[in-house]
Amino acid sequence: MAAAAPPAQPLGADGAAGPGDGPAPLAARARVRPALGAVYRAQLSRARVARIPLLFVATFQSLGIMLLMRGVVDGGAEARAVVAGSSVLVVAFVALNLLAQYFGQLRASGGLDHYATLPVPPASVVLGAAAAYASFTVPGVAVTAVIGALLFHLPLGGLWVLVAVIPLAGAALAGLGAALGLLAPKPELATVCGQLGMSAALLLGVVPAGRLPLPLQWVRDLLPSTYGVEALGRALQARPDWGAVTLNLAVCAAVGAVSLAVATRAYRWATVR
Amino acid sequence: MRQAAGGSVDSARTRASAAVRVSGLVKTYPAARARRRRPAAPAVRACDGVSLDIRQGEVFGLLGPNGAGKSTVVRQLTGLLRPDEGGVEVLGHDLVRHPRRAARLLAYLAQESSALDELTVALAAETTGRLRGMEAPAARRARDDVLAELGLGPLADRPLKRLSGGERRLACVAAALMGARPLLVLDEPTTGMDPHARRAVWAAVDRRRVEHGSTVLLVTHNVIEAETVLDRVAVLDRGRVIACDTPGGLKAAVGEEVRLELVWREAAPLGIPRIAALRSAAAVSGRRWTLRLTPEEAREAVALVTGGPAFAALDDFRLATPSLEDVYVALGGRAEGSGGAEGLVRA
Repeated sequence: MAAAAPPAQPLGADGAAGPGDGPAPLAARARVRPALGAVYRAQLSRARVARIPLLFVATFQSLGIMLLMRGVVDGGAEARAVVAGSSVLVVAFVALNLLAQYFGQLRASGGLDHYATLPVPPASVVLGAAAAYASFTVPGVAVTAVIGALLFHLPLGGLWVLVAVIPLAGAALAGLGAALGLLAPKPELATVCGQLGMSAALLLGVVPAGRLPLPLQWVRDLLPSTYGVEALGRALQARPDWGAVTLNLAVCAAVGAVSLAVATRAYRWATVR
Repeated sequence: MRQAAGGSVDSARTRASAAVRVSGLVKTYPAARARRRRPAAPAVRACDGVSLDIRQGEVFGLLGPNGAGKSTVVRQLTGLLRPDEGGVEVLGHDLVRHPRRAARLLAYLAQESSALDELTVALAAETTGRLRGMEAPAARRARDDVLAELGLGPLADRPLKRLSGGERRLACVAAALMGARPLLVLDEPTTGMDPHARRAVWAAVDRRRVEHGSTVLLVTHNVIEAETVLDRVAVLDRGRVIACDTPGGLKAAVGEEVRLELVWREAAPLGIPRIAALRSAAAVSGRRWTLRLTPEEAREAVALVTGGPAFAALDDFRLATPSLEDVYVALGGRAEGSGGAEGLVRA
């Protein structure tokens, strides 16, 4: 009886096996890199539609903070810290805060089901979204850093280091944002966590470290964006210590890797329950 | 009541050509404790021993009112939800043990579209195809084909969230149809669509069935749709399958009764004794009476209301053979308007 004629040939990856021949062939999984590219492209396009006003908000916020701090700090290391902190704050606003909100809402509204029922590696979804949000910050960070350097009369020569700072700080903060959004039991909580994370990046990044009380300095060392701020701050020196810049970027990269790995775990957890 | 798995005679054949086998599925959502501004909710057994056999190449429907457990069944079938008990086998793969295989066997159209809302129609379809493992050129070709097939060409560059509900749903169907899959699981695919779009969807689904032998599992609470497009239908109520057969077979199970609907202009002429007698057998909803009668009784009733003084009070009447809704009521499901539960949608 096993040879009973099926109504039609089933269709699998190669369209070969019949129903009586055991399990149907599984369709191919999407490979990590093409899938990442597809998610990146899609996320960038939706960010373009929906997030441009928010990018203006992020940039103006940082510019405003720098103007305010101009009356407080008077050049030197503190000015560098303010400019570097304000620039990385744009990354924190978009990558941490907005991504936490996005994943929080996606999970709450059942939108994650769409990804969960596609054979796409979790890393592709998380990295693609994180990369899109991080690259979306590029104009804002560049504008903030250049205007800041001009405002505080800092050398512009080291700003090329943004090429490394944005992706690495972006990875660390976007990973954290994605994990917060995916793990928060309610979207409102994800939003609050994202906002708090951004406030922490604001306080601990923009205010020069020397002026913080000791416990806050410890917290500052734990915040992933700190190392991006440090690297950028050092690059704004007249004669940067490139060894220290590289070290800070290396820490930032390590934190970024860990934070994206956590976000990927969080995605797996959030999709199958 | 007819269950999907027939007698032992054809069980071997059923096994051989079964696309989906669901056996004894149980899922209970845990009780929620009372919190501020939210009362405690008892545990809900959303799925209470559901068993189904869906044959290859079949359009199989899950019919039931909201809260009957349709989506819970589907979410377990697509690997999104782990059942408490029971088995799910899709095309020979055990999805309880290997839930991630679901994504490589089936295409799922969820009720929510929030993952695609901010994308353009074209990009939503193309991205979904890419994430189903298609190469970029193949995904672009398939995207163009499916948009043309569903008549979405003019909307291709519009973001989903700027479309009307029906158009957005159609764009989601386009995404679901990207990348050939032997099983399509569609959760209320035609909600909000105009008849033209509905026809396009059913034509596209049918083409995949004819050309590729794809099996279709359709969740609906739209009775008309269920009657016209389904090969077989399982009626769900409170997490249980209360019947499973072809639409015709189910209707035959109700017997010969026909349904007579009377709509009175203002008040029913209860002064006429025979009308008053009809009232005792009718389900009354405002000016509308619904009667289930044998064909002879129905003929007499129609003659009564279309002649004499009763006709002056009559606004409209309709005589219909049993629908799946009647089946549903006859099987003991919650009827429309009874007990506050939502009935099946007829339009």
